[in-house]
Amino acid sequence: MNAAGLAWRQLKSHWSAGDIRVLMLALVLAVTATTSVGFFTDRVESALERQGAMLLGGDLLVSGAKPLAENYRLEAERLQLASTATVEFPSMVLHGERTQFAEIKAVGAGFPLRGELVISDQVAVAGVTPGALPAAEIPAAGTVWVEPRLAKLLDLKVGDTVSVGEREMPVSAILERENSRGGDMFSFAPRLMMNLDDVAATGLIQYGSRVKYQFLVAGDVRKVGEYAVWANKVAARGERVQDVSAARPEIRSALEKARQFLGLSTMVAVILAIVAMFLASLPHVQRSLDTYALMRCFGASKALIMKILLWQTFMIGFLGSLLGCLLGYLAQAGLAALAGSLFLEALPAPGWMPLLSGMGLGLLTMLAVIWPHLAGLRDVPALRILRRDAGDIDRRAWAGYLPITLVIAAMIFWHAGSFKLGGATLLIFIGLLSLTALLAMFGNQVLQRLPVSKASAWKLGLAGLKRRPLMAIAQVAGFSLGLMALILLALVRGDLLNNWQASLPADAPNRFIINIQPHQVEGVKSFFTEAGIADAEVFPMVRGRLVAVNGEPLDTTKYDDERARRLAEREFNLSWAANMQADNQMLEGRWWTEAEHGQPLLSLEQDLSETLGLKLGDRLRYDIAGSMLEVTVTSIRKVEWDTMRANFFAVMPPGLLEDYPASYISSFYLPLGQDQSLNRLVQDFSNLTVIDVAALMEQVRGIMTKMTHAIEYVFIFGLLAGLAVLYAALVASRDERVREAMLLRVLGASNRQIVLAGLAEFLSIGMVSALVATLAASALAWYVSVHLLNIGYQFNLLLALLAFAGASVLVPFAAWLGMRGFLRLSPRQLLQSV
Amino acid sequence: MHKPFAVEAISLNKHVSSSEARLTILENLDLAVPHGERLAIVGRSGSGKSTLLGLLAGLDSPSSGKVLVDGIEISSLDEDGRAAVRGRKMGFVFQSFQLLPSLTALENVMLPLQLAGNDNAQSQAKAALDRVGLSQRMSHYPRQLSGGEQQRVAIARALAPEPAILFADEPTGNLDAATGQQIIELLFSLNTEDGTTLILVTHDNTLAAGCRRRLLLNGGKLDEMRGEELVA
Repeated sequence: MNAAGLAWRQLKSHWSAGDIRVLMLALVLAVTATTSVGFFTDRVESALERQGAMLLGGDLLVSGAKPLAENYRLEAERLQLASTATVEFPSMVLHGERTQFAEIKAVGAGFPLRGELVISDQVAVAGVTPGALPAAEIPAAGTVWVEPRLAKLLDLKVGDTVSVGEREMPVSAILERENSRGGDMFSFAPRLMMNLDDVAATGLIQYGSRVKYQFLVAGDVRKVGEYAVWANKVAARGERVQDVSAARPEIRSALEKARQFLGLSTMVAVILAIVAMFLASLPHVQRSLDTYALMRCFGASKALIMKILLWQTFMIGFLGSLLGCLLGYLAQAGLAALAGSLFLEALPAPGWMPLLSGMGLGLLTMLAVIWPHLAGLRDVPALRILRRDAGDIDRRAWAGYLPITLVIAAMIFWHAGSFKLGGATLLIFIGLLSLTALLAMFGNQVLQRLPVSKASAWKLGLAGLKRRPLMAIAQVAGFSLGLMALILLALVRGDLLNNWQASLPADAPNRFIINIQPHQVEGVKSFFTEAGIADAEVFPMVRGRLVAVNGEPLDTTKYDDERARRLAEREFNLSWAANMQADNQMLEGRWWTEAEHGQPLLSLEQDLSETLGLKLGDRLRYDIAGSMLEVTVTSIRKVEWDTMRANFFAVMPPGLLEDYPASYISSFYLPLGQDQSLNRLVQDFSNLTVIDVAALMEQVRGIMTKMTHAIEYVFIFGLLAGLAVLYAALVASRDERVREAMLLRVLGASNRQIVLAGLAEFLSIGMVSALVATLAASALAWYVSVHLLNIGYQFNLLLALLAFAGASVLVPFAAWLGMRGFLRLSPRQLLQSV
Repeated sequence: MHKPFAVEAISLNKHVSSSEARLTILENLDLAVPHGERLAIVGRSGSGKSTLLGLLAGLDSPSSGKVLVDGIEISSLDEDGRAAVRGRKMGFVFQSFQLLPSLTALENVMLPLQLAGNDNAQSQAKAALDRVGLSQRMSHYPRQLSGGEQQRVAIARALAPEPAILFADEPTGNLDAATGQQIIELLFSLNTEDGTTLILVTHDNTLAAGCRRRLLLNGGKLDEMRGEELVA
């Protein structure tokens, strides 16, 4: 019979011994957790891409300030891609006596290639739009569509006529939604959409006009990719090729956090499952030692033993992974259902990558778990048959544990998604293990010295710890990790997810007012007072262009990154403030003191400083309305963009920018039904632009709620894996414990004494584990709160005490449950059961 | 050239070193066991009987000296080489049965046959179990069998591959007197039928009495025993 056959036979017969089942269960859990989350994020990723495409209006966009070359269209035709063009420019729109500055968008047939335009024939009443429907066509030639905001400002209804440049055109519909309206939220005026064929007749585009020409393509992914490569090559200076990665930053940010959360949950589950696998592998290996010694005795060569071992590892790995992948596929359907209508359309079908990574993870982890024992098992001497101690595996050979450590580290970084979070988690994990080992050793020392009466059960139990110090440490580590998962679950379910959702409270700002002129600030403030809006803030804003860094003129072409080039090229909104905004977080440097007001200092946002490669001490020169201002970077801040508050990339101290032409911006929460008072304000100051972000916020909030459900769901895996670890830690020492109990029974110990000894041993293990687990879970929760969610963390003393008390009872109780069956047996029966 | 001995030991030494002392277990021991012989090695507990058996069977290697099995010097072979010789020529019966608890009686007997790549493992194993009177209990696991039955399975396992040499280490040590007697009778009768060389290690005089040749291991040396000699 060949090695595979022998391996399979042996596996089947070993199945009845519990350890392989725990090993398999833990493996299945690890793979299920990874694949279900993998499948799910894969689908969310594709949905995001599609959403990105909708925001763009196509799969790829070429834009420029000058008419785009005919080549772009010809190449799209050659590649059989759908294409269309748009032109955007600002202009005044007139209706009767009223005028309003608007963003005109003239669109070609087929626009948008991705996503849709939603129109209606009435202006919304109290937020409800009757009869809004996706548009089948673009505006007919000679007609326009207007946004509700423009309709309100100009008092327009369908059928009215507006003047755009030299043309008079009737309003044929109200443009309710335009998915493709992405980009800089603060730069746009209300939208008027018209047919591309009418642009020339308006006479608005002349030499020097501020116009954005866009060309959109969509179609087969591979061909779009081919087109992108070509377009990037031929793009003239000033022309940009944009793909779908440019989704709204607010949604990106919320999703990014959700993904980190999901990753963290998966990571906890997977690490626990690996630990459970490792613990369960110990008795399996011990059993195999005897089997292989016997096989050596019967003439099996080392090579054959190795083949059997590897086949067995492969078989467990393959079967476990396959089952895990299947369950993972089923579980992701649940996740997708929970995430539900998170996105504009149904989630696309999952890809095959998670399946591959699931199988890879399963096989690799199995090999890594068995790795430390491979050589010992292969080289087990046949002499073990005669002398039981011959060929015992030296578990202190640290090098053997390198693969499993690497697998765990890889899992951590993979699921953490960021180097920083991965590093922190790895540190916590290593810290946890070291702390556990230290505490277990220390605890052992202390407990051994406790004055206890002669031959008490307590002493007997502690002696057990002393006899198995390595096993005791492994068990404490196992219990600690299992308990940590349970405590973390309680913390995350309770505190963290609530805090995350609370970071976007019900009264988070849902309106922005931009373009407030200095003399209008008082008027706007009194509007806030009258409307009972308490915490509205008004921020000054000065437009400036970055022209030099440390005396060197800024060369934007040196940025390889498209986004960096764009950020550097555009005008910055510079603001000033005496104090740092409450939702900002200082990362480097310090905020200015009152004495430093008026000095040329600058505080930069972290992401911007990283993208543009700016650091503390750099001197930045801005061109503000023609005059130069040089400032030194003295601090780097972190800004949470998804809090919806007005925030700035660049802030200076007061007393520096006041003399430059400034406009003001405000963000505030407008309670439902207060639109009338806001409309009055806009009528008083017609230049103001009000941006309604309520819908966007609802989307962010929806993501938070739904992803919270998804995360809780993933934590079920963590819970199961935690229990698997606890169980595996018990199973790991069961054989030895039963053998000892048997010996004690033969020597005349009563059942009561044995139970008490066992309880004493596990009470000690339980208490040390509970302490370590509570500390570690709190540390992890603190890190997630402070560094991931940027919310304060409060140590939950009650939960810590409950966890400690619970674990101190739970661990000995579980141990007692595990041993109970054996205590009823006679020593003779016990002998046979080992 | 005369036919090689089934097992031959020449100037065999075995020392065990610990931090405190060097313990001599076997000293300049010579032994020659012709084919078909039934040999008992007797000695007190701790006299080194099992060590000697381990060396003769190639389970362990000597500190110095040679062990030849059917003319092959196994003491100069590596572990794999010795394993191959064991697989081809030897069978084993141990005091503690050494059955794999997770395999049925039949699977336990099949194991050495499978390792040897025998295509008829199952039928040969069944025949062997039939010989030891366990044809009704083939699908039982060791824990479902009595001690005597477990040792019968072990004997079936040892004989199934038809080894030239059978090593038995205290085969009745874990059994009560009556069962032990049955096992000895079975072992001897099968040995007679097959003409196998049997090397038996025991401290049990009755068991040793059934062997044509008896050697006493004492102080690391072997002495021929006459029929009336007993182990104290």
